[in-house]
Amino acid sequence: MTLLDVENLWVQFPTRQGVFDAVRGVSFTLGKERLGIVGESGSGKSMTGRAILRLIRPPGIVRADRIALEGVDLLGMTEKEMRAVRGQRISMVMQDPKFSLNPVMTIGDQLIEAYRLANKSDRKGAKQAALDALASVSIRDGERVMRAYPHEMSGGMGQRIMIAMMLIPGPQILIADEPTSALDVSVQRQVLAIMDDLVTSRGMGLIFISHDLNLVADFCDRVLIMYAGRVVEVCRADRLHEATHPYTRGLLNSLPRLDEPRERLSVLKRDPAWSEAPGVSGRI
Amino acid sequence: MSMLSVEHLNVWFGKGHNRVDAVTDASFDVAPGESFGLVGESGSGKSTILRAITGLVPTWSGRITVDGQDVAKKRHRSFYKTVQMVFQDPYASLHPRHSVDAVLGETLHLHGFRDIDARVVRLLDDVGLGQKFRFRFPHQLSGGQRQRVAIARALAAEPRILLLDEPTSALDVSVQAEILNLLTDLRAEHGLTYVMVSHDLAVVGHVCARLAVMKDSRIVEIMDVDSLRAKRANHPYSQELLRNSVGA
Amino acid sequence: MTEQTLRQWLLTETPTSRRHARFSALYKGWLSFRGNSMAVIGLVILVALLLVALFAPLISPHDPFVQDLANRLAPLGTDSHVLGTDSLGRDILSRLIHGSRITLYIVALVALIAPVAGLLVGTISGYAGGWIDTILMRITDIFLAFPRLVLALAFVAALGAGIENAVLAISLTAWPPYARIARAETLTIRGSDYISAIRLQGAGPMRIITKHIWPLCVSSLIVRVTLDMAGIILAAAGLGFLGLGAQPPSPEWGAMISDGRRFILDHWWVATMPGLAIFIVSLAFNLLGDGLRDVLDPKDSGL
Repeated sequence: MTLLDVENLWVQFPTRQGVFDAVRGVSFTLGKERLGIVGESGSGKSMTGRAILRLIRPPGIVRADRIALEGVDLLGMTEKEMRAVRGQRISMVMQDPKFSLNPVMTIGDQLIEAYRLANKSDRKGAKQAALDALASVSIRDGERVMRAYPHEMSGGMGQRIMIAMMLIPGPQILIADEPTSALDVSVQRQVLAIMDDLVTSRGMGLIFISHDLNLVADFCDRVLIMYAGRVVEVCRADRLHEATHPYTRGLLNSLPRLDEPRERLSVLKRDPAWSEAPGVSGRI
Repeated sequence: MSMLSVEHLNVWFGKGHNRVDAVTDASFDVAPGESFGLVGESGSGKSTILRAITGLVPTWSGRITVDGQDVAKKRHRSFYKTVQMVFQDPYASLHPRHSVDAVLGETLHLHGFRDIDARVVRLLDDVGLGQKFRFRFPHQLSGGQRQRVAIARALAAEPRILLLDEPTSALDVSVQAEILNLLTDLRAEHGLTYVMVSHDLAVVGHVCARLAVMKDSRIVEIMDVDSLRAKRANHPYSQELLRNSVGA
Repeated sequence: MTEQTLRQWLLTETPTSRRHARFSALYKGWLSFRGNSMAVIGLVILVALLLVALFAPLISPHDPFVQDLANRLAPLGTDSHVLGTDSLGRDILSRLIHGSRITLYIVALVALIAPVAGLLVGTISGYAGGWIDTILMRITDIFLAFPRLVLALAFVAALGAGIENAVLAISLTAWPPYARIARAETLTIRGSDYISAIRLQGAGPMRIITKHIWPLCVSSLIVRVTLDMAGIILAAAGLGFLGLGAQPPSPEWGAMISDGRRFILDHWWVATMPGLAIFIVSLAFNLLGDGLRDVLDPKDSGL
C-alpha cells in the first residue's frame, strides 16, 4: 500500500545569479518499507525530506505535481492543517539531537508534552506513555532519564530519546535525516536496530536520508541515489553493490576498503551529462 | 631512531575535583616516513594526543620527543617548522575573512620565508588547487577545496611530521578519496611522517601501516595494518570495534 | 568595458588579484545593502548631512551668529527666514546648517574613541583570560554601574564645560558595552580551529588579536556604534541642553533647544526645529545600523 506519493518535486531558491534548483523533479512512492535516499552534500536529499513536510523557508519555493499522504494532497493544505500532519502523521528525526530537544526542559516534560499534544490524556497517563516510549527504544531506567535535561545525555541516548519522542503520536511515516552520522559506530548500530524494530513492528514507512552507502545498503529495502537534485538511480538496497549508474559506481569505488587494500583510491570523475539526463522515477 | 616518540603521556583538563583525564599513560613511536593511526570512539582521547603534541593543550606530563629532541612545555618557533597539523573541520579551520592568498602568505611570512609569492603559487599547485583559487575567500570554496587549503597551510612550513585530525570525516566520500590520494602523494613527494586520527577503520587502514586503538583515554592495543585487515585483534575492545565497522 | 561585463567582473567567483577580490567583496556587500531600502534612506540622509556640513558657509542664507533684535522670534516662513529666527533674531536654518558640523564632529570623535577603547579592552581581556580578564572586566563593570548621563555630567563637571570635554565624557561612558561585546566575541573566536591553526604557525598573541580577532569583532562593533549614534547625539544634545556641552553662541542643536525652551509655548519652532534635526539624524543612523548588520555578518556573506 502506498503511504506517500511524491511526483515531480522541485525545490528552488532565488539567488543573485538566478534561480538555484536544489531538487529537480524527484518522484517516488513510499509504502510500508524502508526507503533510503543517498547522495553527497548538495545533492538535494535533505531538501527532499524537508519539502515533503513543507519545511522549506521562504524565499525557497516547493513545487510538485503532487505530494500525497494516503491520497490526500499535502500541497493544498493550509498551514494549520499542515501542522497537524507534522509530528502527528509524519515525523522527522534530525542529525543532531542537541538541536532538536529543548535544552531547558527535562526530557520527561518534553515527552509528556508531546504525548498530550497528540492524545487527550491526563498527566499520569501521559507519564506512563512516555515511560513506555522510552522502554521501546531500549531505555530501561526511564524514570531517571525523564528527570534529566538533554545536555546530560550522550549522543546515542539523545538520538534514542528523539526517536521515542517522534514515535509517541504514532505517525505513519518517519523521515530520518542522517540520524546516526553524529554517533560512534557501535552506538550507530544500536540506534539503527531500534529504529528498524519500531518501523517493522508498527508497519510504518521510513525515509532514511544518508550519505553513507554501506549503511543504507545494510539497513534499507530500496534506495534512491540522488545527484545534483535528481534521482539518478533506483535499486534494491541489497543489490546496491551491483548498481550500474556511473555515479553510484564511482561513489562505491571511492570508498577505502579493509579487505581490498589499494595504493590509490579511484576518484569520481563527474560527467556533466549526469545532471542533464532526465531523472529516474522511484514510483512503484 | 624514531621521528616522533610519546612516552607515558598524560593529558588532563581542569583542576581538583573537576579534573578530567583525557589521556592516560599513552606511549608510542613513529619511525621516519611512517604513517601511524590513532583510532577510537569520540571522547577516547585520540585527538587530545595530537593537541598535546602541538602544545594546543598545555596540561600534559610525560615525554614527547621529535626527531630525538625533547619537546619543552613552551614550544619554540622551530618546533612548528617540524610539526604541523591539519584539523578535522575545514569549515572551522579557515579564517572567514582571510582569502586563500592571505592565509598562505601570512603563514609563509611567519616562518620567515622571503619568496612568498612564488611559494604561494607552488603550494597551491602542490595541493592540486591551482591559481584561480588564490584570491578566493573560504565561503567561495567547497569543503574539499577548503581542506586542500588547510593542507597547503600545514605544508607551508615544510614540516617533516604532519598530524592529521580526522582530515576527511567532514567530507563527502568522493572528496574523501581525492584528499586521501593527495595525502598519499604528498607523503611520497616530501617524505613526510603522518600521525592520523580517525574513527573510520577503513580510512586508517588505507593510510596507515600501524595503529593504536584507544578506549577511555588509554591505548589498549597497537597493531599493524595486516592484523587489522585480517581482523586479528587481541584486546576485546578492538575486536568489537572491528566487528562493528567491518559489518558493511 | 561595458556595464554588463563590469558587473560580471565584480560578481565573479574567481578573482584574479587581491584588488579584484576586494572590489568584488565590496560590490557584493553593496548589493545586499542596497536590498534594504530603509538602510539606503538612512545612508542618503547621512550623506546629505555630510554635504550640508561640508558646504555650510555656501548654503546657509545668513551668518549664524549675526543678531537682529528687531526681527527676533520671527515665525516660520518669514521673509528670508524659512525656519524663523530665535530669541536674538538669528536665522534658525543657518544655525541648524552650521550646527550639523558640530554634530558630525561629536559623532566622529566618539566613534573614534569609544569603540576603539572597547575593542582593545575587550579583546585583550577575552584572549588573555585569567587575572587580566578579571581586572579589566571589573573596571568595565564599575563604569557600567553608573547611569550614563550622570557619569558624563560628573566628568564634564570635573573637566569643565565645552564640546571637547563633552565628547570625552560621552566616550568614557560609552566604551564599556563595546568592551563586553568584543570580549564575548573573542571568547568564541579564541577556541576556534583557525586560531589554533595560526598558533601552530608560531604567531604571537599580538598578531592573533590584531590580525585575526579584530577583523571579526569590528563588524559587530560598527553595527553597534551606528545603532548607538542616536544615543550619543542625544547625550551630546542633553549636555548642551544642560549648558555643559557646547557653549553659546555656538549653534549646537541641544543648546539651541535649551535656548528655545523659554519660548516653547508662544514660539514653538525655536525649540522644535533643532529637535527635528536631532530626530532625523538619529533615525538615519539607526536605519543605517540595521542595514549594516545584514551586510557585515560574515555568516551571511556566503550568499
